[in-house]
Amino acid sequence: MNRIESAFKNKKAFIPFITAGYPNINKTEDFIYKMVSAGADLIEIGIPFSDPVAEGPVIQEASQKALEAGTNLDNIFELVKNVRKNISIPLVFMTYINPVFKYGYDNFFNRCSSIGIDGIIIPDLPFEEKNEISQFAKKYDIKIISLIAPTSEDRIKQIAKDAEGFLYIVSSMGVTGIRNEIKTDLKSILSSVKKTTSIPAAIGFGIHSPEQAKEMSKIADGVIVGSAIIKIIKEYGTNADKHIYNYVKRMKESM
Amino acid sequence: MGNTRFGIYGGQYIPETLMNEITNLEKSYNCYKNNPEFVNELNTLLKNYAGRPSLLYYAENMTKDLGGAKIYLKREDLNHTGSHKINNVLGQVLLAKKMGKTRVIAETGAGQHGVATATAAALLGMECEIFMGEEDTKRQALNVYRMKLLGAKVHSVTSGTRVLKDAVNEAMREWSNRVNDTHYVLGSVMGPHPFPTIVRDFQSIISKEAKQQILEYEGKLPYAVIACVGGGSNAMGMFYNFIEEKNVKLIGCEAAGKGLNTDKHAASVAKGEIGIFHGMKSYFCQDKYGQIAEVYSISAGLDYPGIGPEHAYLHDTKRAEYVPVTDEQAVSAFEYLARTEGIICAIESAHAVAYARKLAPKTDKNESIIICLSGRGDKDVAAIARYRGEKIYE
Repeated sequence: MNRIESAFKNKKAFIPFITAGYPNINKTEDFIYKMVSAGADLIEIGIPFSDPVAEGPVIQEASQKALEAGTNLDNIFELVKNVRKNISIPLVFMTYINPVFKYGYDNFFNRCSSIGIDGIIIPDLPFEEKNEISQFAKKYDIKIISLIAPTSEDRIKQIAKDAEGFLYIVSSMGVTGIRNEIKTDLKSILSSVKKTTSIPAAIGFGIHSPEQAKEMSKIADGVIVGSAIIKIIKEYGTNADKHIYNYVKRMKESM
Repeated sequence: MGNTRFGIYGGQYIPETLMNEITNLEKSYNCYKNNPEFVNELNTLLKNYAGRPSLLYYAENMTKDLGGAKIYLKREDLNHTGSHKINNVLGQVLLAKKMGKTRVIAETGAGQHGVATATAAALLGMECEIFMGEEDTKRQALNVYRMKLLGAKVHSVTSGTRVLKDAVNEAMREWSNRVNDTHYVLGSVMGPHPFPTIVRDFQSIISKEAKQQILEYEGKLPYAVIACVGGGSNAMGMFYNFIEEKNVKLIGCEAAGKGLNTDKHAASVAKGEIGIFHGMKSYFCQDKYGQIAEVYSISAGLDYPGIGPEHAYLHDTKRAEYVPVTDEQAVSAFEYLARTEGIICAIESAHAVAYARKLAPKTDKNESIIICLSGRGDKDVAAIARYRGEKIYE
């Protein structure tokens, strides 16, 4: 069983997101350990990109600040290498296609594999363009996590059929960011997904409260939270450790 | 889905949320582009509203002064709203209406595309919102007010570097938030397929007319056609019907800003590298980690870190040539055209004029060169005055 499978085995997975290098790369390492000890089942590590078109203002700002602080792929790889020595839960990267393309697909996935990355989420790489990276990801056994959106409709089957790792179900239209109400008919999306694949499906975009996490974990295999965590870091900066711990613990316990 | 690429360039690198909409757009476009009713409606608008065909003007004074090839100006600046942007916008807004959309959004740099979109929306009864980088709203305050007069809502974009690329980011974000009733009127031959093809097709009327006109005046094809390139819509329009005429040189002028030896330029072919951004694989100015570079040009319309995928392909296949033109050369050409021909052109178009000044004297008198005068320069007068150290009220 690979690490991603075990994260969903007999439990609902709580998946926090963190922007690497926000506010600095050393703190990212501390924050990851806090999330793990608070019960995170899988961690999504954001590689910051200058123009994150799928992100709302909170993660946009974190990405910009991280880049200004000197974060780059080389020091992110170092970070993950250190983290992997101390934790065993799955780690997936979330980034845009250009940094991966520029690094060289073979180099990138080779490096991912050697430092213990399990999967990758690339929001600007839809099903039609997956071939861009699939042979390299396969060669180094990095799972490509596909996204399904509220508008996917007849595409759900095609995406789910080809899915690996887990499926990222986008809860709402638009970009990432906290939402008080999620109106998409997620039940019917999940039921189409489940008809096609046995790969676990986690819901993300907009989720921030324990009530939402509880609600979503009833219909999905996992819950992904990003902006709410970045907001905690924005508020408490380098002192966010215990606030992140408490938040992740509360979210995990609600599920 | 048909072929989405020009060689290796192009593609559809966009979030899943937009994929069904973009497929729908391609289907609708393929359905309407040859529909006689749609074509007739569009042609009527282009003729009676935009003022087409635009003139191909023989610039006699400039020709004599430069002492080489005959210079012709394709006067897109005389179109309604003052630039070539209206050609694409009338097509896309009409298409959006046929698709049942009630709202259009668009990015704008210099404001010309925003003004054209706001104009077409006013004419065709659509709601309109324009995204413009905060920096550009300052550089082009007059165009912001024009858009408001036309009934559009203008969003000043404060994310990222606050210029054209950030306006595109924000327009894409807004589109992914609301696709049901909204069409994104992309302003250049860029973005995910089918936009580079749609925009090129709507702009290709420039070279369709110019080819007929030059054959009528000169009895033979031109030696070269020259256009400025940001994303590259007026250049693609000016090139398209000449691509098959292998002896006609196609020359695109990129913004070299303060010089290619500085980091203040927007020359994606000369200084950029292959990358994937804004839905397409093409050339982009970027750093070694693939972060998109902050680019610069005196011209807000050329201040973009990439180039349309078909241009990247024309560059690689050597069918077109892309040359850098600095701020100083462009400003000097702007002033030159005003004095010599009595035409104040857009600072974007002045990049093409600048290169023609170099090329014409080296070219035989029996040959001709067509410059695409993509827009008029009223919007730039204050900026040029500032560049020359003069203070005037806009």
